[in-house]
Amino acid sequence: MHHHLILRVITKLLVGTIFLYAFYVQFHGDYSPGGGFQAGAIMAVGFIIYGVVFSLSHVQRVFPPWLVHKLMAIGVLLYAGTGVFSLLTGFEYLDYTAISPQHPESGQHYGILLVEAGVGITVTAVLVAVYYAFAARTPLISDEEW
Amino acid sequence: MLVMTAIAVVRMRNLFAMVMLSGVFSMLSALLFVTLDAVDVAFTEAAVGAGISTVLMLSTLALTSRRELPSKHSPAVPLFVVIVTGAALIYGTLDMPNFGSPTAPAQVHVAPDYLKRSVHEIGVPNVVTAILASYRGYDTLGETAVVFTAGIGVLMLINGLRRRRRSKDDEDFPEKRGPG
Repeated sequence: MHHHLILRVITKLLVGTIFLYAFYVQFHGDYSPGGGFQAGAIMAVGFIIYGVVFSLSHVQRVFPPWLVHKLMAIGVLLYAGTGVFSLLTGFEYLDYTAISPQHPESGQHYGILLVEAGVGITVTAVLVAVYYAFAARTPLISDEEW
Repeated sequence: MLVMTAIAVVRMRNLFAMVMLSGVFSMLSALLFVTLDAVDVAFTEAAVGAGISTVLMLSTLALTSRRELPSKHSPAVPLFVVIVTGAALIYGTLDMPNFGSPTAPAQVHVAPDYLKRSVHEIGVPNVVTAILASYRGYDTLGETAVVFTAGIGVLMLINGLRRRRRSKDDEDFPEKRGPG
């Protein structure tokens, strides 16, 4: 889509907004609808739209595949690691009180924030990885076909 | 509207329009969830169903053809199975409580307990998040692991296939490889 000027300009404007919205959904999930799964999907959409409108190599320069593959695992490890942390400090698995035993409520807040971040990272990385896997096989589509 | 979209998807032969209509279908069901006050679910449906999966379907479509081939076998058996399953499901809904009934199991089972406890135990205004991440932390960990496993599965299927094909090409045409 090299000569679609309007598409490219609008995408450049939109991508930042999409990322900002993804972070809002991620970190405001305690107060409004949303959370890691939704934020991860929106974040991935930001990368995918950039890849669709520009090219796969452009988006892979920003978000290289090796990083995507590492992040897939890091998200799950962050989630599970939160649970292991509470085990090590003498609480039940995934009992977020362990993070600040004096103030169980703020412990819950931090715990939820951490595990939601883990979910968000994994979902983003998996969706982007699936998109990379498909797009890498795609023969270039000529503009007339759209 | 949902039914009309579904029928249109079934009747259609153009795969591109089909993908677009399934996005429309997801968007309509997201609206349905909003009507049922399930905003979090609607959000997910709109982001994943209407957004991501449409894009993934389109990138799959780019690998295949644009039109569906007419099927050779008769549609009688699948139609029979669908009708029987649909009738069983509709029969099942007869036992369900009325919409918004205060005595429905969803309202009297564990929900009031969570609603009462989460305010002072978790202190998070969005009860859905409190239940999802704290009370049901194990479930969500499992879901994340499922997403992770699915991602790995897709990567292994597609990348593994490409690697195998490449090595097979090398066997078939050894002269293609450069010297050394």
